[in-house]
Amino acid sequence: MAQVNYFLTEEQQMIVDVAKNITAEKIIPVRASLDEREEFPWDIVYELARSDLFGIYIPQQYGGLGMGCFEMCLALEQLAYGCIGVTTTFAASALGGYPILLFGTEAQKEKYLPSIASGKRLGAFGLTEVTAGSDAAGIQTTAIEDGDFWVINGSKQWITSGGDAEIYTIIAMTDPHKGARGASAFIIEKGDPGFTFGKKEKKLGLRASSTRELFFTECRIPKDRLLGKRGQGFILAMRTLDLARPGIGAIGVGLSQAALDEAGKHAKNRIQFGQPVITFQAVQHMLADMAIQTEAARALVFVVARTIDTGVKDISKLSAIAKVFPTDTAMKVTTDAVQVMGGFGYMKDYPVEKMMRDAKILQIYEGTNQIQRNVIGQALNKEYMN
Amino acid sequence: MIEAKRLQIVVCIKQVPDAKSVRFDKETGTLVRESAAAVINPYDLHALEAGFGLREKLGGEITVISMGPPQAMDALREAVSMGADNAVLLSDRAFAGADTLATTRVLAAAINRLPGFDLVLCGKLTVDGDTAQVGPGLACRLNIPSITCVNHIDLEKEAMLLTRTYDDGQDVVKVKLPVLLTVNKSLNTPRLPSFKGKMRAKSLQIPVWGCAELGLEPAETGLAGSPTRVIKTEVVSFEAKKEMLTGTVQEQVNALLERLKAHGMA
Repeated sequence: MAQVNYFLTEEQQMIVDVAKNITAEKIIPVRASLDEREEFPWDIVYELARSDLFGIYIPQQYGGLGMGCFEMCLALEQLAYGCIGVTTTFAASALGGYPILLFGTEAQKEKYLPSIASGKRLGAFGLTEVTAGSDAAGIQTTAIEDGDFWVINGSKQWITSGGDAEIYTIIAMTDPHKGARGASAFIIEKGDPGFTFGKKEKKLGLRASSTRELFFTECRIPKDRLLGKRGQGFILAMRTLDLARPGIGAIGVGLSQAALDEAGKHAKNRIQFGQPVITFQAVQHMLADMAIQTEAARALVFVVARTIDTGVKDISKLSAIAKVFPTDTAMKVTTDAVQVMGGFGYMKDYPVEKMMRDAKILQIYEGTNQIQRNVIGQALNKEYMN
Repeated sequence: MIEAKRLQIVVCIKQVPDAKSVRFDKETGTLVRESAAAVINPYDLHALEAGFGLREKLGGEITVISMGPPQAMDALREAVSMGADNAVLLSDRAFAGADTLATTRVLAAAINRLPGFDLVLCGKLTVDGDTAQVGPGLACRLNIPSITCVNHIDLEKEAMLLTRTYDDGQDVVKVKLPVLLTVNKSLNTPRLPSFKGKMRAKSLQIPVWGCAELGLEPAETGLAGSPTRVIKTEVVSFEAKKEMLTGTVQEQVNALLERLKAHGMA
C-alpha cells in the first residue's frame, strides 16, 4: 500500500532510522515496567545521548547536528511511538536548550549547548507556578540584583525532569511592577546554592518522566546567568514554546500511530461471531477515522515544522495549530484504540491503556489546548482586521 | 602498562542470518539464505560493545574485521555506525566453504597485516556455526593467550581481570596484553548506531583483502583448506499431540506413567 511521501533527504531518513531503532530495541521492551514503577529512563537517556539526537536542533559549532524543527519532529514521532514519557524527557531537554540557543550570549552558548547536544546534561524549562500556568503573568518568583549576583526566591510547579536535569531555564520577576515586561529568564544549574527540589509527583500517565517542584531560597547565581535582556523573559518563553509546540504535535502523531497499529493488529486477530472483528463495519469505521486523523495530523505537523524552518516570523498561530490538532487526535485515537480492543484494551497486559492515560497530558502541557485556541483566535482577530 | 598506551583493539565479527526470520528447506536440509535478513552475530555485538567500553576508558582505536561474501560489507558498515574506527572486509571467492581452521588462518593473516594489536575481541560463538572454536583457534595462530566466555572485565594497572561464570562458581583470570577474549552476552548491553556513526559509515572507504593481499594460497583457505566436511544436515520437526487424561487423580497419574514408560521416559 502506498505511503505518504514526505521526500526526506538521506540525512532526515537517518534521523528516522536511528530513532526508530532506539524505540524498537530500547524503549518498547521496557515501557510497561517504566510506567508501572515510575522509573526515570536513564539507560535510554544514555542511548539517546550516544545517538546524537539530543543535538538535532543545535548548530554544529556547539556539537549539534545543525538541523531544525522538522528533523526534531521526525525524531519525536518515532520515539513517541514507543513511549511518550521517555519522549517527554528527551523533548524537555530541548525546552531547556532552545532559550539558550535563541537568546544566549556567545559565552552562554559555548558553556551550555555542547553538554545539552551530547546528552551529557539534561535541560529543563521552568515557567509554571502555583499561581501561574495558563496565566503566565501570575509569576511570583523574584530575582533581585545584589552586586555581582542575582538572588532568586520562589518556586516552580510541575517541572518536567526537575531534579534529574542539570541545566534549567527559568522565568522570574525582576521588575514586578512592570507586569509581563518585568519578567526575565535565568540559567540555573543543579547544585546552585539555595536551589532544591520537591518530591517526585505521582501522575495519571507519563510516569516514566519525572515531574518535581523547584524551590529557590535565597538562591545566589552569578550575574552572567541572566538569559537575554532584563525584561525579555516573556518573549523568551513565548518564542521557546512557539518553536517547541510542533514537537508536541509530533509526539501526538507517534502516539496515535502506535495506538492505531495496536488496535488494527488486534482487530485482525480477534474472532467474534466466527470472523475477525476488523471485518465488522462498526470496527472498520473506527479504525478508518483513527487512520484519517493520524495521517492528517502528521501532514499538518510536518508542513508547519518545515515552514518554521524557513525562518518566518510570527509563528504562534501555526505552531498552536500544529499542537492542538495532533494532540486532540491522540486523545481520541488512543481512547478509540481501547474501545476497539474492548476488555483486552482495558487490561495492563496490552499497551493501549497506558497510551490512553499518557495521551491526556498532551492536551495540557506546553500550553493547554484551550490556551492554544485563544492564541489561534487572537491571531485570527488580528488577521481579519485588515 | 594498560593505562599508558592507546589500545589497538581488533574485533572479529560475522554476518549471520537473523534467527528471527530464518527458514529451512526441508528437502535439502539447508537454510534458505534469502528468507533471512543478515545481521551481525548477536555475540559479536557484545564484543564490539566491550571494545567501545575499553576505548572510552583507555583511549585507542577499534578495527573491525569480517570474513565473508561482499554483502558482509553491510555488517562492517553497521559496526562503524555504532562507533568502530576502521574496518576491513576479508573476501575472496577462495574463502567460501571455510571451516573454523581455514577461517582462523584468514583472520590471523589479516590481524598480522594490521599495524599492531593489543587486544582481539570475538563473540563466544556464532549462532549459525555454534562451534565456539574460532576465537581460541585464532589465538593459537596469533600465539597469544585466549580467555573464553568472559562476562566481566576489570582493569588493573598492568593487567586485565576477567571473570567467567559457571553453573557452580566463577573463574577470575589475570592476564597481560596482548590477549584474545571471547565474550558472553551478560558482559554488557550493546549500543545502537548513532547519527554521526551512520554518516561516517556511509562514506568510509573499507578495504577488501583477499588471498593476494593476505599472502595466502587459495588451497589453504575456504573449502580446499578445510578438513571438516558437512556430511548431512536435516531439519528436525516436532509434532505436538494433545491427549486429555480423565478419571480420578490416581487414575490419571497411572495413565500418565504408562504413557511415559511406553516412550522410555519413566
